Order: sequence, then structure tokens, then C-alpha cells
Amino acid sequence: MRNASHIFEDDLSARTRAGKRWQVVFLAATILAIISLTLLLINILNSVFGFVVLDSKVDPATLIVDGIPLEDQSSDQLIGVLKMNLSSGAFNKLEKEKSFAQRDRAEIYQLVEERVLKVEVLESWSLLDSIFKQEEVKAEYQTLLETHPNAELKFISWLTRQRLVRPQTSEVMTTGIRTAILGSLWTIFITILFAFPVGVGAAIYLEEYARENWLNRIIQTNINNLAGVPSIIYGILGLAIFVRTLEPLTSGAVFGVVDPLTANGRTVLSAGLTLGLLILPLIIINSQEAIRAVPQSLRNAGYGLGATKWQVIKAHVLPNAMPGVLTGTILAISRAIGETAPLVVVGASTAISFDPTSPFSKFTTLPIQIYQWTARPQAEWQHVAGAAILVLLVLLLGLNAVAILMRNRLSHKY
Amino acid sequence: MFLNDVVIETHHLNIYYGDFKAVGEVNLQIPEKKITAIIGPSGCGKSTLLRAFNRMNELVPNAHIEGEIIFDGRNLYDRTVDPVEVRYRIGMVFQRPNPFPKSIYENVAWAARIHGYKGNLDELVETTLKKAALWDEVKDILKQSALSLSGGQQQRLCVARALAIQPEVILMDEPASALDPIATLKIEELMQSLKENYTIVIVTHNMQQAARASDYTAMMMLMDGTRSGTVIEFDETNKIFTRPSDKRTEDYVTGRFG
Repeated sequence: MRNASHIFEDDLSARTRAGKRWQVVFLAATILAIISLTLLLINILNSVFGFVVLDSKVDPATLIVDGIPLEDQSSDQLIGVLKMNLSSGAFNKLEKEKSFAQRDRAEIYQLVEERVLKVEVLESWSLLDSIFKQEEVKAEYQTLLETHPNAELKFISWLTRQRLVRPQTSEVMTTGIRTAILGSLWTIFITILFAFPVGVGAAIYLEEYARENWLNRIIQTNINNLAGVPSIIYGILGLAIFVRTLEPLTSGAVFGVVDPLTANGRTVLSAGLTLGLLILPLIIINSQEAIRAVPQSLRNAGYGLGATKWQVIKAHVLPNAMPGVLTGTILAISRAIGETAPLVVVGASTAISFDPTSPFSKFTTLPIQIYQWTARPQAEWQHVAGAAILVLLVLLLGLNAVAILMRNRLSHKY
Repeated sequence: MFLNDVVIETHHLNIYYGDFKAVGEVNLQIPEKKITAIIGPSGCGKSTLLRAFNRMNELVPNAHIEGEIIFDGRNLYDRTVDPVEVRYRIGMVFQRPNPFPKSIYENVAWAARIHGYKGNLDELVETTLKKAALWDEVKDILKQSALSLSGGQQQRLCVARALAIQPEVILMDEPASALDPIATLKIEELMQSLKENYTIVIVTHNMQQAARASDYTAMMMLMDGTRSGTVIEFDETNKIFTRPSDKRTEDYVTGRFG
């Protein structure tokens, strides 16, 4: 026992108990977070896999040419199938849109699927239902067989390799997300190109150059506030500035490269710049934090050797702040990838099947596509949306992984 | 006291942080190629005075000075003088070892490179590290991180780094306060070997260190009734420590207070 116990009323076991209690609280918080994330993932997977009842207008067995099943037929054979099964008017219309000579096999096969087979989803089930309610699924299938004798019950993944490479269509079984993936990548590319240098530059100025005066305090406060502005406000800003005021620039008119499909400012460039504005405050604030965390002693060492401010910043402040700057940028970009509202306002296209090819292309992005599909009343579109969400998550994780690798390379140098 | 070869000379030097006068009325002469120690109790402005000599205190917002610091015939704070040039000619070693988180080689080479060193960097790194009595310990690990060295080695690397750009004066702000006695001794030996070619000004809390290692000593103390420090006595070290003329110095160096 302590000698001085007469002046302390110490209850060590009570202190220990209090500590344990808090430890349990923190553990519970962590578990709650993990459960939420697990539920999210289960929910997504739940919609991506499952049983479907498919019915095609034409039995694929009837389309076998020379004993070759439809899936293995060559382009020419598939064109023959189209010619045989479509009216000449419909066939010529397709030829006029884009000559068959220019279409690759995948494209023609897709046409056969959409126009000839006309695969329809009669009923679809989620993954959990497919596993735990198989009896119901089978009973339902039997009743459907009465009206649709060709119908087949299949366990499918709504996310297929073909979905990744196909453009968007109006048919749930053939639609793809290539347009949206490319749109997202183009937009994020422009966002990074704009927001990263500008954001880091502003952070360097504010931390290293700006004097402590009222003007700079106001600027700082406003940047902090901008980080909390709802994203739709940035959409309105982007609409006013990039789409309307700067239309000649964002449509590509000043460069003489207007995309014939757009002819207005609702382009990848406008979207990228809008998202860039949105995450600019985040990048500035995070970069400032990182720059501030570089020990003053390091700067002093540089200055003490007669280095100029820029030499100190370039050789010591930036390299040491870079891991932190990149972490902040990763977080900001993750946010930008998932943004939907500002892009709706800026004018993302809801239905385009043409890939974006330049900053002046019309675009759609994954979140827009997901939003649009989930808004549809038919249940089967929820499954396609689920597939797109999975792709969005993978894309996000992929970008984060790249950035984390870059960060680790930088910070492991010494 | 009259000195022949004076490198740095201050006239009515006052140093302010905003409105606060940290150091007042300093008239001091730093002799060439000698070691001058600045001693005094905590908070009396020793480091502030030292940092004024190479304009490092300008990095503190709102810091400014009144009076003059004459170096090489010019006032260091003259409008035409670039602080970067001042720090190039008057180098500094800090209280805590602060090597760059780069390789040992790069720590020395960077200093030379930013000033456009045209000679052979490898040779410069070697001769500089030899001057700093560090070469034998690091010659095989030049590419390793400077942060892998011990505290004392790091501090000698910081000295080497400062030597690489061949300054005329080296300011040392309590260079051994974070080191153990053996590492401290090495730094003191290093100072002795450097004084043939360089003028050294050292701030120290350690009275024995000042007595052992310095040729001249400036005693600083707060002025009566204020929070501003000033130099109350400046003389040869053995005189300061054996028969100081100021009663306050005597009290301080004999350990009666402070």
C-alpha cells in the first residue's frame, strides 16, 4: 500500500473498470462499423447473383447453322441469321446506322440477341432467395412454364465480362456499362488533372508563403467552409460557369473540335472541372495539414544552409508532405468518383451508347448509370444496377490501391 | 576589452517578437577564429541573439530588430542584403540534431548542390565528413538514411552539412544539450579542431562546457524589472569564470543562482 494513502482516496479497481468499460464501448463501435460494411457488401452481392427465368422469342436451337451453335458462329453466319429473321426494312436500317462490315462480331452477336432471340427476363430472384427459397423458385418456374413453354431456369451472375465491354442499351440482358466506366475514368482523369496541382499549389502558398493577416484568414476560413458545401451547389455552379458561360471552351468550339454529338457544354470537361471544384477544398485542407506536419526543424535546417524558400519547399517540405498529400487526395477522389448529384445538374447523359473519346464528349458515369437503373420499376434492372455498383466499388478500390502503393513507395524511401 | 580581429559586431541591438522586446541593447564583438560562448539563465534571449546573427529569427512571424549587426563591413539587416546570402556565409547547428531524412551522403551533398557546387561532390563529402570527424564511422554506410545514426553522429553530420558550404562563422545553438557526455565531448573536440578555420559562436546552458571549450564568454541576463535579456559582461572565458567584474556573473557561474 502507498504510504500517502491518507490523502488519496484511490480506488484502483474502479479506475481499471472505467478503462475497461470504455474499451468495450470502442470495440462495440468498431464492430458496428464492420457489421454495416458487411451488410452493404452482402446487399450488393445479393442482387448481383441469383436465379432467373429466361424466355427467348426464338429457340436458339432453331438457329443452328451447319451444326454450329449460335455462340460459335462467325460474323458472316450471324449476319445471315439476322437477314433471315428480320424484316428487310429493319435489316437495312441497321445496315444504314453502321454498315455490317464495320461492326465486329461481338456487336453483331449482341444484335442477334436483342433483335432475334429477344431474351426476356420473366422472373428474377436475389441470391439469398435463390439459396434459401429454392422450392418457391421452382414452383414459380413451373407455373411460368405453362404460359412460356420455352422458358428456362438459370442461375446467373448479372455481372459478366460482356457487361463490362458492352455499351448501354435498353435491353436488360444485353445492356453494358462500358460507356459509364469510360465516362467515369475520363471525368476522374480531368478532375485529378485540375484539382491536384491547383489544390497542392494553393496549400503550399497558404502554408509557406501567405502572411498571417486578415485577408489570408478570410481566405482560409472560406476554404474550410467550402469543404462543407453540398455537392449539388457545385453542380449548379458548374452548370452556370462551365456549361453555360464557358461553353465555347468546354464544348471544344474554340479548338474547333466540337463533338458532333454534343454541340454544347455538357461534356466530360465540364463534369471533370465541376468535380474538381468540389474536391479542391478537400485537397487544399488535407495538403495543408500534411505540409504543416513537416517539422519546422527540417525547414530551419534548410534555411540555415542558405537555401531559398523554394529550395527548402522542393527538397524537404514537399517530399515529406507527399504521403499525407496523397492520402488526402485519395479520399477526395474517392468522393468525386461516387458523386451523382452535381453531374445530374451539369447534364450527364442518361442514355448514350457512344464511348467518350475526348474531353469534349458527351458522357455518363457509373453513379449516374446506377441511379438511373435503380430508379426503374422493373425488378431485373436492380440486378444490373447491383452489378454496376460492384464495378464502381472495384474501380474505387483499384484507384485507392494505386494511390496507396504510390504513397508507400514515397514514404519508404527512408 | 579591445579586440583586434572582429567578425561580427552589434551596435545597440534590440530584438523584438511583435511588441515584446526579447533582447535589448546588445553591443558585442565576436572575435575571429575563436570560440565565443553565450551563457545565461533560461529565457534571457541567448538563442534569440544567436539566431539574429544569421537572420534565422526572421522566420518567426513578427520578429524584427533595431540597431545594427556588422559583418564584413556591412549591416546584415541592410535592405540590400539577402538573408539567404547571410545564412550561406554564417552557418548554423541547431539544438536538436536535425538531419534531413535522406542518405548521409545526400545530407552533405545537398547543401553544396543548392549553391551550385561545381567540384567533385564525392570528394567534397569525404573531406567535409573528415573535418567533422565522422568519416571513419560512416564511410561504408554513406547511402544509408541519416536517421539511422546515433544522436551524436547525427549532430556531427549536421556540423558537416554546415561545413560543406564553407561558411565563415558557425553558430551553434546548444549543440550538445540533447547528447550524452561522450557525444558531447566529441562535439567539443570537433569545435576545437574547427576553430583554426572558422569562427564559432555557441550558446550553452552547460557552464563546464563554456569553461572548457570557449575562448570568450558573453554573460546574458534579464535587465532589471523587464523580460528583456542583455549581455551584462563579455570577456575572456577564464576571466569570466575566475574573476568576473559583474557580481551577477559571479553569482551565476559559481552556481549561487540560476
